[in-house]
Amino acid sequence: MRPKIPVSAKSEPLPSAFDVVVVGGGVVGCAVLRELSRYGLRLLLLERESDLAEGISKGNSGVIHAGFNVPSGTLKARTNVEGLSRIYRLARELGVPHRRTGKLVVALADEDRPRLEELKAQGDRNGTPGLEIVDESGIRARAPRVRGRWALSSPHSGIISPYEFTIALAECALQNGARVLLETPLTAVDVRPEGFLLETPRGRFSARWVVNCAGLYSDEVAALAGIEDYRIYPYRGEYLITDKEAAAVLDIPVYPVPPRDDSFLGAHLTPTLEGHILLGPSSAYVEDKRDAATTRPVMDRLKAEAFLLVPELRRLLFIHAYAGLRPKLTDPQGRVKLADFIVEESRLRPRWVNLVGIESPGLTAAPALAARVIDIIGAREDLALRPDFRPDRPAVPKFALLDDDERVRRVAADRAWGEMVCRCEHVTRAEVTAAVRNPFGARSLDAVKRRTRCGMGRCQGGFCGPRLADILQAEGVPPEKISKRGSGSEMFYGRNKP
Amino acid sequence: MTAGPETHDVVVIGGGPAGLAAALGARRAGAEDVLILERERELGGILRQCVHDGFGLFLYKESISGPEYAERLAEDAWREGVRTRTGAMVLDLTADRLLRVNSADGYRLIRARAVVLAMGCRERTREMIEIPGTRPAGVLTAGSAQHMVNLQNLRIGHDAVILGSGDIGLIMARRLTFEGMRVRGVFELMPWANGLERNVRQCLRDFDIPLELSSTVVEVRGRDRVSGVVVARVDEALRPIAGTEREVACDTLLLSVGLIPENELSRRAGIELSPLTGGALVDETLMTSVPGIFSCGNVLHIHDIADGASFEGFAAGRRAAEFLARGAGAAESRRVRIAPGENIRYVLPQAAQAGTEGLELNFRVTVPGRGRWVTVRGAASGALYFRKKFARLVPSEMLKIRIKRAVEEDVEVRCHG
Repeated sequence: MRPKIPVSAKSEPLPSAFDVVVVGGGVVGCAVLRELSRYGLRLLLLERESDLAEGISKGNSGVIHAGFNVPSGTLKARTNVEGLSRIYRLARELGVPHRRTGKLVVALADEDRPRLEELKAQGDRNGTPGLEIVDESGIRARAPRVRGRWALSSPHSGIISPYEFTIALAECALQNGARVLLETPLTAVDVRPEGFLLETPRGRFSARWVVNCAGLYSDEVAALAGIEDYRIYPYRGEYLITDKEAAAVLDIPVYPVPPRDDSFLGAHLTPTLEGHILLGPSSAYVEDKRDAATTRPVMDRLKAEAFLLVPELRRLLFIHAYAGLRPKLTDPQGRVKLADFIVEESRLRPRWVNLVGIESPGLTAAPALAARVIDIIGAREDLALRPDFRPDRPAVPKFALLDDDERVRRVAADRAWGEMVCRCEHVTRAEVTAAVRNPFGARSLDAVKRRTRCGMGRCQGGFCGPRLADILQAEGVPPEKISKRGSGSEMFYGRNKP
Repeated sequence: MTAGPETHDVVVIGGGPAGLAAALGARRAGAEDVLILERERELGGILRQCVHDGFGLFLYKESISGPEYAERLAEDAWREGVRTRTGAMVLDLTADRLLRVNSADGYRLIRARAVVLAMGCRERTREMIEIPGTRPAGVLTAGSAQHMVNLQNLRIGHDAVILGSGDIGLIMARRLTFEGMRVRGVFELMPWANGLERNVRQCLRDFDIPLELSSTVVEVRGRDRVSGVVVARVDEALRPIAGTEREVACDTLLLSVGLIPENELSRRAGIELSPLTGGALVDETLMTSVPGIFSCGNVLHIHDIADGASFEGFAAGRRAAEFLARGAGAAESRRVRIAPGENIRYVLPQAAQAGTEGLELNFRVTVPGRGRWVTVRGAASGALYFRKKFARLVPSEMLKIRIKRAVEEDVEVRCHG
């Protein structure tokens, strides 16, 4: 029996032949898909999890990096600076909330000033715009609550929601004809002269090109095609998040001078667009690519180090802790010391492109990495631009950000805008149903949360969780299918009484 | 916005046991136009999900369920001319009592001549007590679980561990047992149970559910769904003792680790809050630091019984009506401060007009004790205003005392041997 075709294929049957299949729905895969959707190509993206951005792209700081913290001459440096020049426009085109905040790298003592000079020199070589070293008054002017003697100021650094950005890229691609399958892992690859035959639980697809953007699993995906060149080591970073009252304390990312040894995590402080502050990430190799546990010692160290930089953080509440995983090419034993981004067409398997080891600054670099993929494909065949390409996406506004007049209009037009679902983040039923009915059909609580912020506030879903369960049921999801983040994380075992 | 705001005499924010009583209190004291704004679809607040009995022992002199208690109060409110609007959430409140309210019937501005805050509280989460480990499905606060089980008929798991012996946790231990779940144990950080004694007896002992004191959960395990929790004993400083860890297999972890008055609107209005209660600082009329805005119920301080929240609501509503009758610009009089001293976690109100007679004080002790004195003395003079010996004092029970003589100076409340 042919497997039931999920989500994006609901409206029309899915063809089985594609020009390009992108494997992996993180920020890199979605940026590649969106860039490819400018051309007259039949496109498909395969994502193994129940939502986009479920891997590396959800567990990072959401910082737009300016490119001073990566070794000169590397692909990391080039794509970072090139990505910086593209990402703000892209975020505007897609209607993704972001802010050019600037950033400070802070030295607490005079003896650390040379490290700032080194970073500045590296940034200048890399082409990072506007870097300058500032003194205590310069720090105060930019971040009054931050303690420090000297700082490197990077005016063009910024913040963005990494998962909203990822989802927006895919929504744009979708609007331009690309297809996306969630919960669809690639399980086997048959290499044929005319292309690749891709086996998945949802059926078999042929692709003339495959672009492997599988993040933590990019080594395993490549190996399915017989490419045994890579090994990814998962590297965990733990974070803590404060309540949103934090906006008054810090509205610009602040990093300490990069640590020289393991005695100091060098925890970063990153504000979010909603006014929380992220502390972290920590750094530790782990065995399991899905081991996103948090640990007591790291939580304690993150706080201790953050309080050194910004003493006022002590009075804030912490509302959430989480961990993300980065795909390291450097190994725990230290045999591989330096590793650059890998973006290459396989020599063994022509028309199979691998993007491997895309860790920080991969979020910022994603638009530039996508352009590299176009260059690789464009070098082999003529790519014709579609005249009808739309660079935007059908965005749903956030009620919390609307002014009074717009709120009056929306509620008058549709009662669902008047029904508050999330009391902490002021999310309405209209936004939740839009997320559930959107092309990717958010089905898990985390997927709804990432699209609407429902459950991200101080009650952490205590009040809106039960309401979401009702709304999902009203949208046709039976209770036993309601999950936190897809299959295996079901919230309920049906009903207590028939 | 084109039209000017609609106006009301008294707007009560929240239609639970405190808010319903506040509206009734305001009506009975003569306020004409009293409106309750309730964000849920029905009145009653958290009472709606409390299907167990034990409510109303003080207000109605009989034991009824939460929904029955809510229904009686709501019927009184309707009968006595209180206007109610449900599904209406207040998103913003200013110091001059302008409210931004969203509901399916429209988004509008409302101007109130007096406001009573009765928004209730929320539960402390896993994150606030910082339990490390994985982030699987199956970790719920006890109140959310109560909503899912009692109002939504959802089966939340098979085997549960409950952290915290707050009343909701105890009630849920019994509830889950009724629904066929196995409750592996209730673990409590403190050396004493946090909930009411009657709940420990009726919800745990009667069902042979183990209660382990001086213990906590130090890790959550399970990648997608909870597979177990690691529990450990704690020392006198409440730190986990290395070597005492053991894993308890379960698929559900319920947290009953405290309630937090939900004062986001109060903050927006610039109301001063107490770090001890998490609620507004109030005077003997339950008025906050912002004139014309009063506070009662769990948004003011966490009550142990609904009746207590209602009694406070009646008082706050009456005072709001009196405030209106008195008119703005009443002369500012000298105020005295009431501070918690030895073994007193907090005392309410925190201030009163100098010379107030019959001042009622609510307080909680920090640690339990037997045969202790509670005294109220002048902070400067040392003069004795009140003294009484209590046979038994526990942090889980709020106590009320009344000072007969006029209080003319700052006073301190102490509990001692």
